[in-house]
Amino acid sequence: MTLAIEQILNGVQFGVMLFLLAAGLTLVFGIMRIINLAHGSFYMIGAYGAAFAAQQTGSLVLAVLAGLAAAAAAGAVIEYVVIRRLYSRDYVQQVLATFGLILFINEGATMLFGREPLYVPMPAALSGVVQIIPGILYPAYRLVIIATGLLVAVALSLFVNKTRMGMLVRAGSTHREMVRALGVNVRLLYTFVFGLGALLAGLGGVLAGPVLAVQVGMGEQILILTFVVVVIGGVGSIRGAFAGAMIVGITDTLLRVLLPVVLRSVMTVSQADALGAGLSSMGIYLVMAAVLLIRPQGLVRVQS
Amino acid sequence: MFKADTAAVAKSAPRRAMLRVAGLVALALFALLLPRVATALGNPALISLATRMVIYAIAAASLNLILGYGGMVSFGHAAYFGVGGYAVGILYYHFSAGEPFLGFIPGTNQFLVALAAAILTSALFALVLGALSLRTAGLQFIMITLAFAQMVFFLFVSLKYYGGDDGLIVRRRDVLFNLNMADDTTYYFVCLAVAVVYHVVFWRLVGSQFGLVLGGIRQNERRLAAIGISTYRYKLVAFVIAGAGAGLAGALMANFAKFVSPDMLNWSRSGELMIMVILGGGATLLGPAVGAVLLIGLETVLTGWTEHWQFYLGPILILIALFTRDGILSLFKDGSGGRD
Amino acid sequence: MGIRAGLSGVAIAVLAATSAYAQTPVKIGLITTLSGPGGYLGADIRDGFMLAVEMGGGKLGGIPVEVAIEDDGFKPGNGKQIANKFLQNDKIKLFTGIVFSNIANATVPDIVDAGAVYVSPNAAPSNFSGKDCNKNYFVVSWQNDALHEAGGQDATNLGYKKAFLLALNYQAGKDALTGFKRYFKGEIIGEVYTRLDQTDFATEMAQIRAANPDVVYQFHPGGLGITFARQYQQAGLLGTIPMVVAEPSMDSTIVKAVGDAAVGVNVSAHWNTDFDNDANKAFMTAWRQKYGADRVPTFYASQGYDTALAMGAGLKGVNGNLDDIDAFDAAMRKADFHSVRGAFKFGNNQHPIQDWYALRVEKGADGKPFLKTLGKIMSDHGDAYAKDCKL
Repeated sequence: MTLAIEQILNGVQFGVMLFLLAAGLTLVFGIMRIINLAHGSFYMIGAYGAAFAAQQTGSLVLAVLAGLAAAAAAGAVIEYVVIRRLYSRDYVQQVLATFGLILFINEGATMLFGREPLYVPMPAALSGVVQIIPGILYPAYRLVIIATGLLVAVALSLFVNKTRMGMLVRAGSTHREMVRALGVNVRLLYTFVFGLGALLAGLGGVLAGPVLAVQVGMGEQILILTFVVVVIGGVGSIRGAFAGAMIVGITDTLLRVLLPVVLRSVMTVSQADALGAGLSSMGIYLVMAAVLLIRPQGLVRVQS
Repeated sequence: MFKADTAAVAKSAPRRAMLRVAGLVALALFALLLPRVATALGNPALISLATRMVIYAIAAASLNLILGYGGMVSFGHAAYFGVGGYAVGILYYHFSAGEPFLGFIPGTNQFLVALAAAILTSALFALVLGALSLRTAGLQFIMITLAFAQMVFFLFVSLKYYGGDDGLIVRRRDVLFNLNMADDTTYYFVCLAVAVVYHVVFWRLVGSQFGLVLGGIRQNERRLAAIGISTYRYKLVAFVIAGAGAGLAGALMANFAKFVSPDMLNWSRSGELMIMVILGGGATLLGPAVGAVLLIGLETVLTGWTEHWQFYLGPILILIALFTRDGILSLFKDGSGGRD
Repeated sequence: MGIRAGLSGVAIAVLAATSAYAQTPVKIGLITTLSGPGGYLGADIRDGFMLAVEMGGGKLGGIPVEVAIEDDGFKPGNGKQIANKFLQNDKIKLFTGIVFSNIANATVPDIVDAGAVYVSPNAAPSNFSGKDCNKNYFVVSWQNDALHEAGGQDATNLGYKKAFLLALNYQAGKDALTGFKRYFKGEIIGEVYTRLDQTDFATEMAQIRAANPDVVYQFHPGGLGITFARQYQQAGLLGTIPMVVAEPSMDSTIVKAVGDAAVGVNVSAHWNTDFDNDANKAFMTAWRQKYGADRVPTFYASQGYDTALAMGAGLKGVNGNLDDIDAFDAAMRKADFHSVRGAFKFGNNQHPIQDWYALRVEKGADGKPFLKTLGKIMSDHGDAYAKDCKL
């Protein structure tokens, strides 16, 4: 029982991480209709920024700020130099250009930081376990990740639904021409949305650093699952991104835990574990396929 | 102004046709003489490099059918490349182990049989995955093709029996009549022959009624649907044919490298195929081949200079995306190519 | 003019004769992993190997050598490609360097099939140790299983009764747990194989906690070892459930990166920096001189160094002439060199027969954790596959 709870918490933590990435991506997709393959790069830049600052200064606060700043700055620069010119282009050109961006950024990171992973020291206060309910132990830091992610989800939801800027963001997704006709500076809106997406992704990277290893390519690994989250949740919807992220995170984790156990009854442990790991990875895509068959627009439909 | 244009076009038409024929002849000569030249230069590795280029040319050409001519941005094409390769690998494995696949399909080391199996299997995968993916369009289609390809990737990673992550070794190349397939030059010519046949078939296909409809779908699907054409069906058929072509290339690759691994299905490989098509120019017969030669050639040359070659390739790709209408070949066209 | 022609003819003849002694260097192909989380393993092997070449003045066993080094990027396909390039273009006949067993599986067959020799400084999968052994294939490090047999014995000696096992899901991982189980006399209450690209072990930590074993035995080499150890500590397991590992999961780089969280972990090993024999003292002195006291060599470096010495012994035996590979093989088999680990000889399957030691991570006088040698676990231990090899 305690094992089940701990695994569910693991799933939620993974889901929260996916949400941070998916939220920005779904906004960029929905509002700007741009496919940005390099979204995972902001995750990596945030992680590297925080890791580097942590190593140089040893300060937790500075590390977080540095990671966020790096990601946001990268987002702004990339939007200005590359993305801006892609708004009117075909998806094909967008794919090619953002793929080129990935190569450039990844190799640049390799040149700056080398090919070996960076290990971010865990802040001492958070490095142990916490008893959330008597009998259930869970790593403190991962609880922080969950809490941060939930806070961000609430904040984003409030922002999009209750503020004027948020209303513009929503309108920009569903009634783009109208927004433009009303004289809103759409260019600025786009830059803002893109920067916000980069910032959120960077936050994900900053949080991931102390747990995982910070290395080149970490963004691409999580990016494809992020795409699945966006497709399941519905392009353009933050609520959808949250729902999709939770579904994917928890399903993936539970499958990874349960499938090998089931398979071991029919084959060797090593084969069962490999097949279980592979099948559970495939499982998410099957879920996506199922969602698409029933609701091709995703769980939360955003009119456009 | 209009009259002068048509006159100019009319005058240059036979000229262009002559240039085209001359170009093809030059290409053919170059391709045929390459092994001689390479050995004379003391660099036999060039033959292997050229073989790789030929194989990727076929793969890129297959993607061109749906991406260039059909306008479907499929980001998962490497999946079919990998499936074709694994078909060869698995058949060879069962051949050398002596036990049949799934209990009743015998293994084989016969080149033509393995190729046929590869084509059929990848066509089947394309049918299933295409049927599902083509229910969507635009952004979603791109993401879904990517996701499904990733799913197939994980399928092969999970098959520890066939090597999983470590890949599957094909100890000897498949047998074709009495040719010495182990010889790199012989195998190069085999691949070249396959490539020529493939491109001829491709050429006839896009010139046919089917090709016309496909082009129409790319330009304005709604209009064609309005006149009663089942666009979904046409797109699916094109998707399956494209998948089969990629499978063919994958089978050639499996024999070439004597090794298959899930890496063949990696999403960045799908990206590379797209780059080849776009670089060389979509909706042209030889554009993807040009793209394949360019990308692989560029990679090989740049790797020699610096290990950080991707740092330079990235911006090159960005520039091409931003500033060319339609790939490298379009720079040499007079704007009257396949695109509007 | 006739005299000048004659003299130049004599000069040429003399030059030709003496050039037989001023040999063209023997080319060695070193294919290793230099990028990714496993990158420092390849870097250490390379540096250990090249240190021996340097100490020999550009020679091994008195024969000049030229080493071509390339990165396989942890991809079996790359290793294969590089090997074929070295074989075809550069006509290299002597290979070494591979860190990981999956890359070895893809690369070694091509090398030995072509009639060249491969001497492994690390990877030694079980499939090449027994019936698929090859006269052109030598292993200087250890046979994969044997490394973990020592670990199993160590765990038994320490009195643990219930073990939870984890390993990376590839050939070496499977070999690892097979070897451990051969010598561990207690009960296995859990066995998990993790994915090669997995960096988050949260689900595994939860499983360990639920199973509540006496000891955890895990095999995650290189950077993954660092990640595992850190997450083990973050999950609160470090203080409560002891870990026994083989040296790849706790090499000196991992110890340094993990820090205090590593103190107390038991490690089975065939070499440590503090070994007392002459060869090791020479190696450690040369290494410290070149790389400073801060960069502690891992056992991978010692293996790269030993491989170079082994190759040197082979080359010396044939006077640098690789035309007769069988003669080279025979010279290699004699293992006529002084290994930094002390006793060393080749078994009939050309894998090592050596001693195994128990180490523990302890806190040094300077407050930094380090690996301390405690005692011997096994002497003159070969491996379980030698009997299946027909050599």
